Amino acid sequence: MNLHDLTLEQVHARLQTREISSVELTRALLERIEALDSNVNAYLLVTGEKALAAARQADARRARGDAQCTPLLGVPIAIKDLIHVQGTPTTCGSRILENFTPPFSATVIEKLEAAGAVLLGKTNTDEFAMGSSTENSAYMTTRNPWNLERVPGGSSGGSAAAVAARMAFGALGSDTGGSVRQPAALCGVVGVKPTFGRVSRYGLVAFASSLDQIGVFGRTVADAAILLNVIAGHDPRDSTSLDVPVPDYRGEFKDGSGLKGVRVGMPREYFIQGMQPEVEAAVREAIATLEGMGGELVEISLPHTDYALPVYYLIAPAEASANLARYDGMRYGLRVPGVDLRDTYQQTRGRGFGPEVTRRIMLGTYALSAGYYDAYYLKAQKVRTLIKQDFDAAFEQVDVIAAPTTPRTAFEIGEMIDDPLQMYLQDIFTLSMNLAGICGLSLPCGFDHQGLPVGLQLMGPALGEPAVLCVAHAYEGATGWHKEQPLL
Amino acid sequence: MSLTLEQVEHIAKLAHLSLGPEEKALYREQLSAVLTYVQRLQELDTESIPPTACILPTHSVMRPDEPRPSMPREDLLSNAPASADGMFQVPAVLGGSGDAL
Repeated sequence: MNLHDLTLEQVHARLQTREISSVELTRALLERIEALDSNVNAYLLVTGEKALAAARQADARRARGDAQCTPLLGVPIAIKDLIHVQGTPTTCGSRILENFTPPFSATVIEKLEAAGAVLLGKTNTDEFAMGSSTENSAYMTTRNPWNLERVPGGSSGGSAAAVAARMAFGALGSDTGGSVRQPAALCGVVGVKPTFGRVSRYGLVAFASSLDQIGVFGRTVADAAILLNVIAGHDPRDSTSLDVPVPDYRGEFKDGSGLKGVRVGMPREYFIQGMQPEVEAAVREAIATLEGMGGELVEISLPHTDYALPVYYLIAPAEASANLARYDGMRYGLRVPGVDLRDTYQQTRGRGFGPEVTRRIMLGTYALSAGYYDAYYLKAQKVRTLIKQDFDAAFEQVDVIAAPTTPRTAFEIGEMIDDPLQMYLQDIFTLSMNLAGICGLSLPCGFDHQGLPVGLQLMGPALGEPAVLCVAHAYEGATGWHKEQPLL
Repeated sequence: MSLTLEQVEHIAKLAHLSLGPEEKALYREQLSAVLTYVQRLQELDTESIPPTACILPTHSVMRPDEPRPSMPREDLLSNAPASADGMFQVPAVLGGSGDAL
């Protein structure tokens, strides 16, 4: 078996027995990236020297018998290029940050480094995480490892593709409206969006502050759970992070006990006209499997589901227009000199931002502008309350909700780039979770006739990660879709 | 819901974005389509519904008021488009049309 085919858990076991060293492992992955990534374009930047230095340190720590031999010690991981790693450029997939090197690290990076993880590099993203395909990256489009003519999803498409192509044993992404779960579904890996506030966002470049959350990718549910355990927790530097103890997610898995007593909700609004029939079939079969494992199926309704997209596309752009006001060309980033200050701002932002970011800033500016605030932004915030109430009511009846992650499998590169609204519709099943602040994940549940992965979405209430991960782990063990791999 | 070209220009000005004529026309069309789509929110009666700005219970989070070292000046200036004498160098704020910002 090739080293890159091992899961994160298997890698950890072999590192512990000294069967392999972190340096060997890191070299093997760097070679794989070198050989394959010119086809996939998952990485914007590979930091090979730094990775090998970290690997040597990890090997030394293990040799010393470091009592804190965490499950990530010496394990190579990829980071979405929206998260700051001190001394390594952060571009956010944007020209406006082409020459920006952060002078500090995100809290999640400090935690990964303290755990001894080896950071391989920065992965591609739609510009400022705005998009569902990575086509909005100013630098390149990432390709889906299952079919190189197709998108990997987005915005964390680089991280999803890196894990699917076995060019990392896990990865970090961020999820504002589905940006971890949707690419996970399209690339056939596990992607977790934790509860709002579960993971510190200090050092994550802000897109929409009431929705953004850092998430994780793994090839298995256990791998994702292990990563989440390392990065979760309260952070005094992020006042929105929850001061609530972090459970041992992996430790709560019980193998072979089935799903007896688990109430699984099936929202009728998530099975809609126009979705790809093979996606619907695979998800319905997955839900039948959960039932077969002892889960109690409950048909539920989330009546305001249809309104999640319009709510999201007012709230997220409104918050983005405020957050992205900081890119003024004064203290960092691109500056295009104009005839005066105003012209400098306009030229800098006009040139520095790509089309999708420009669109969303304009949409948000409009929604917040005098005379339109009540009709758009305030209205959206009120409907957001209704969406949250839908979930509150549902979780009184069920423990987890099972639904498709996306309405269809990976689409072709270029297919939707000229039709923003069509692209936005790819996120209809994932947006609600961010609006409600709850947690969930996507995991593989089959393939369509073209061999493209289908994702099953499992949702839980705020801080319901343990139940969601346990159900996902049980399903994965019963089906084994995660063992399939793309031919590259 | 259709935006006029003047509205597009007004939004771009508020957001400090310079747009070419073709971009203005394109964004006018695309933003109009999105705004038409979001009109469906008006179907809902939300008279008695409170808005949700953030999902967390809103309360002030305090930290101890203790002096700490700040980031080194050189580190912060290292990303500046222009700097001089340990300071950010920026275009004149007063004078010219920048006055009215």
